[in-house]
Amino acid sequence: MLDDARLSDIASSEASLRRFLHGLPGVDQTGAEARAATLATRSIKTTAKQYAIDLAISMIDLTTLEGQDTPGKVRALCAKALRPDPSDRTVPRVAAVCVYPDLVATAVEALGGAGRTVKVASVATGFPSGRTSRAVKETDTREAVAAGADEVDMVIDRGAFLAGRYGAVFDEIVAVKQAAGDAHLKVILETGELATYDNVRRASWLAMLAGGDFIKTSTGKVAPAATLPVTLVMLEAVRDFREATGRQVGVKPAGGIRTTKDAVKYLVLVNETAGDDWLDPDWFRLGASSLLNDLLMQRQKLATGRYAGPDYFTLD
Amino acid sequence: MAERLAVKKTYKLYVGGKFPRSESGRSYEVADAKGKFLANAAWASRKDARDAVVAARKAVPGWAGATAYNRGQVLYRVAEVMEGRHSQFVDEVAAGEGLTRAKATALVDESIDRWVWYAGWADKIAQVVGSSNPVAGPYFDFSVPEPTGVVAVLAPQRSSLLGLVSVLAPVIVGGNTAVLTASADRPLPAITLSEVLATSDVPGGVVNILTGTLADTAPILAAHMDVNAVDLAGTAGDAELARSLELAAADNLKRVVRAPEAEPDWIAEPGLERITAYLETKTVWHPVGI
Repeated sequence: MLDDARLSDIASSEASLRRFLHGLPGVDQTGAEARAATLATRSIKTTAKQYAIDLAISMIDLTTLEGQDTPGKVRALCAKALRPDPSDRTVPRVAAVCVYPDLVATAVEALGGAGRTVKVASVATGFPSGRTSRAVKETDTREAVAAGADEVDMVIDRGAFLAGRYGAVFDEIVAVKQAAGDAHLKVILETGELATYDNVRRASWLAMLAGGDFIKTSTGKVAPAATLPVTLVMLEAVRDFREATGRQVGVKPAGGIRTTKDAVKYLVLVNETAGDDWLDPDWFRLGASSLLNDLLMQRQKLATGRYAGPDYFTLD
Repeated sequence: MAERLAVKKTYKLYVGGKFPRSESGRSYEVADAKGKFLANAAWASRKDARDAVVAARKAVPGWAGATAYNRGQVLYRVAEVMEGRHSQFVDEVAAGEGLTRAKATALVDESIDRWVWYAGWADKIAQVVGSSNPVAGPYFDFSVPEPTGVVAVLAPQRSSLLGLVSVLAPVIVGGNTAVLTASADRPLPAITLSEVLATSDVPGGVVNILTGTLADTAPILAAHMDVNAVDLAGTAGDAELARSLELAAADNLKRVVRAPEAEPDWIAEPGLERITAYLETKTVWHPVGI
């Protein structure tokens, strides 16, 4: 059990952080991959599939993070977030729209301002590489929140993490958390650059110790992005963290999740690893864009019995 | 010397340029006209049909975007490879349709010639069915044929090679991609054609060949919203099935090529109807320059 005194002790110095993170048990790579692969073979059919599809839709952070994003594109994305399938009112709304900081105001307005039901998430802190100064990162975060972002997706300094400067990464997350104020903080680990599952486990704990509300796999700009084994390791980390501290942290795999089959595999993984407390948009999100149309097509297939085609859904 | 053991064949599907087993794991026995065992063929399920449509859709941009000249060259190359498999086709047509070798040879010759005939149309069809239209203004006005997209082809049940070529070649010559269900009882020439296609220059996914019964896959293909046209040739003689498939196809306004009441012998000169059935006309206005 990690009480407050023990937590502040861990965070007190670079050396104690390293001692704690390196004291975490190592990840059995083969075991994690085999476990993820086994869970991925679960067959989810009929009513369970219907439930899974609607749950997955309600967990999506509908994302557009391109240099070519325009206010028009963001407004179209917001319209889609509010009413994913204009021909079917029973489709749930997505959880959030995820954009660059300069488009937050546009998204807030398009989603209905203060009383909106779909949240606005903004990437910040020099996304996607995070290679800017602390001051720039804090300003980036404050501006996003001032523009109305409900959630901030920050990237960690992978260079510092891989060099073993855990204290620097920790302090930065704390600083960004402070700059974000009431906004939910999602910490992007960029697992594709962390090289080992042990590092993923350490980065997960580091982000949670520093106060992150969510840990997120990837920016979507680095391959591989989210994978099942990496998400498994992160789900184990949030489960163990809650057991040790009593605080629940969410998980968000992002990037490369394109099909309903993929999404359902993640839901199975959540249920079997962290438990059904996490099967909720408040605690699990899917960062995706093209996934939504596939979910809608599968939903229509279940409703009508015929396979749907992409021509009949909006582009995003 | 010991007698050599027979090598019994178990064929697979042809989807996306690969030869996968049926997702269902099922297969069925193919017999010759006298009921003697010939080979095992894969028994495609509705999910195989779905996967084939995905593969066909993926192949559309590349194939429709290739130059007409290039498509013609690729299709001619198919005829060359078919020629190399000539005797195998003769064996399969003779066994499946219960014909003499001489008659089967004539059918195979005609099939390859027909493929070449269609290949030639690749870069000529636009001149014949396209037009330059006179308009009341300073514009060039052109109408050009464009492929419609993914076409589901239910191949003829009786004519296992000539009928097959006569329905498949006109679909792909115009730049469409095809999901074809082979004759249920006589699938071997279609399977051999898939091996021909895999070893010629046709990109994977342009032609996908399913074997099995129409009952498993045809209703799925006819109702599929991502299929743009359907050729019902294989339902000739089964008016009820044809009617139900036409109804299913109406949902997304598929182009439907209806089946004749009884299957023809496919010997007659084909004409352009089957090519133009899967083409849409695009008309562009362009200002006349100074």
